[in-house]
Amino acid sequence: MKKKKKVNDGTSVNSPLLRRSIQRMFFVFLVPTFAAFVIGFIYPFFKGFYLSFCSFVTTSNTTFVGIENYKKAFTDASFMHAFWYTALFAVVSVILINLLAFLVAYLLTMKIKGANIFRTAFFMPNLIGGIVLGYIWSMIFDGILSRYNTSILMETKYGFWGLIILMLWQQVGYMMIIYIAGLQSVPEELNEAARIDGATRWQSLIHVTIPNVMSSITICMFLTLTNGFKLFDQNLALNGGGQPFKFLEEGGVVKTTEMLALNIYSSFYGQNTSAKGVGQAKAVIFFVLVALISIIQLRATRSKEVQQ
Amino acid sequence: MNSAKVRLNIITAILTVVTIIHISPIVMVLMNSFKANTFVKTATFAIPRGNMFVGWDNYIKGFTFGNYPIVKAIGYSATITILSTALILLCTSMAAWYIVRVNSAVCKIVYYLFVFSMVVPFQMVMYPLAKTADSLHLSTPFTIPIIYLGFGAGMATFMFTGFIKTLPLEIEEAAAIDGCGALRTFFLIILPMLKPTLISVGILEIMWIWNDYLLPYLVLDINEYRTIPIHIQYLQGSYGTVDLGATMALIVLSIIPVIIFYLTCQKYIIKGVAAGAVKG
Repeated sequence: MKKKKKVNDGTSVNSPLLRRSIQRMFFVFLVPTFAAFVIGFIYPFFKGFYLSFCSFVTTSNTTFVGIENYKKAFTDASFMHAFWYTALFAVVSVILINLLAFLVAYLLTMKIKGANIFRTAFFMPNLIGGIVLGYIWSMIFDGILSRYNTSILMETKYGFWGLIILMLWQQVGYMMIIYIAGLQSVPEELNEAARIDGATRWQSLIHVTIPNVMSSITICMFLTLTNGFKLFDQNLALNGGGQPFKFLEEGGVVKTTEMLALNIYSSFYGQNTSAKGVGQAKAVIFFVLVALISIIQLRATRSKEVQQ
Repeated sequence: MNSAKVRLNIITAILTVVTIIHISPIVMVLMNSFKANTFVKTATFAIPRGNMFVGWDNYIKGFTFGNYPIVKAIGYSATITILSTALILLCTSMAAWYIVRVNSAVCKIVYYLFVFSMVVPFQMVMYPLAKTADSLHLSTPFTIPIIYLGFGAGMATFMFTGFIKTLPLEIEEAAAIDGCGALRTFFLIILPMLKPTLISVGILEIMWIWNDYLLPYLVLDINEYRTIPIHIQYLQGSYGTVDLGATMALIVLSIIPVIIFYLTCQKYIIKGVAAGAVKG
């Protein structure tokens, strides 16, 4: 993998012959994408960074307040609650999604009749968007819970496990596809050799199959982890973040099952219009958090590649 | 031999049961879309019959639910998805080819900016982006593709550059010697070779944009233009009693295009997901 990259790097991907004629087309090839990128990403990114140090109601009228917003963000009880709640949710969902996805993928690669039909069915929820998923499940959960005179909105544990079930329903199929691709790339001879040497099915799974699909496992772990942290639509649609259980002095509320992304959204578009600067500071903290996870992921996948 | 066969049969049986449970939520939605509103909550799991059963009433209501025809929402969703995906595929593949073949300092900087954008969550740029889009008058379904191109450029360009790096240089050099210009080389030689990546990226973009809620909600003028997720959230999120039966009919109507798309393009969707995971 590394070697191949070296060969394709540097001079071999461009030749002077081609370079000049392409370079003349700078405005056709690169400028449209880059211009949109400036509008859709670069400008809002830096503007957002700047706004996190300001107090503002509209973007045209801002006052610089230094790190005041960050101080407020870290002492905001709703934000801290959302952070720990999101972290707990992410950890539980990573473990459950990956265990189930790997199990299903493993069973489906055992030359089972109708494996394609099963695969089709398991993947299907991925095509339905988060908002619709949320309302489908809130109908089902409320159908069950209304018999016990409660609802998904009322109790934290129902909100938590309800969202976990929803995410399992959606993401097990997605991760399963990645695991199937990984499992299919393991040479069959390896398992056969292990079988001939007297390994049981379980032993060959632990010592032969899993080490060979480590890269898929890393990818799926981090994909589910970042998905868990960034979750918004499902959280909003399933129960809107749950019940407020604590009212803050500054006018905010702490909601039982509100996650980070939804908390940031409420700071911007909620009732308290003076909280926008704090909202942007929260967004920057959120960005640093997600970026850190992605960098660790990159490190992890790189080191795996070197080993192989 | 026999015990192995028995084992496979048991696994198949278990998987069949799990699969039936797995698709039951969709069956549930379908069932409840034929029930009168009051029974959706009290008798969610009952088969609609007798006084519960309302025939096509919910669908007729669902069509114009909330004074906004669902057909319009489906139309805007489709317009935005198709235009944005087409724009992203065309522009980012061109940009990727330029970046790989010119490979200058500027290209490298642009490339690393694209890669960087992939780790930035939407909430970071959400508020300034909505304001920028507003001040540039990009709040219609026909201009929002520019925002999608900008925010989605990172991943698409990254996937295209990865593939273009593996293409042999000799073909393009031969074309250049024969007097083929950059534009013709790209459209006649490069683009056909990019087909597998075009499909993978296209699938990932379609799945993202069709289901996206927050970006269009903040950018579009939602009294005028609503996508399906916006429409459903708007109806459910607003206060007052909501007709659950009609909502279920609405959900069924909005899922139908997705299921048709899935069943016809299943092979590509699964390939696209696997390819996207390995690259991303």
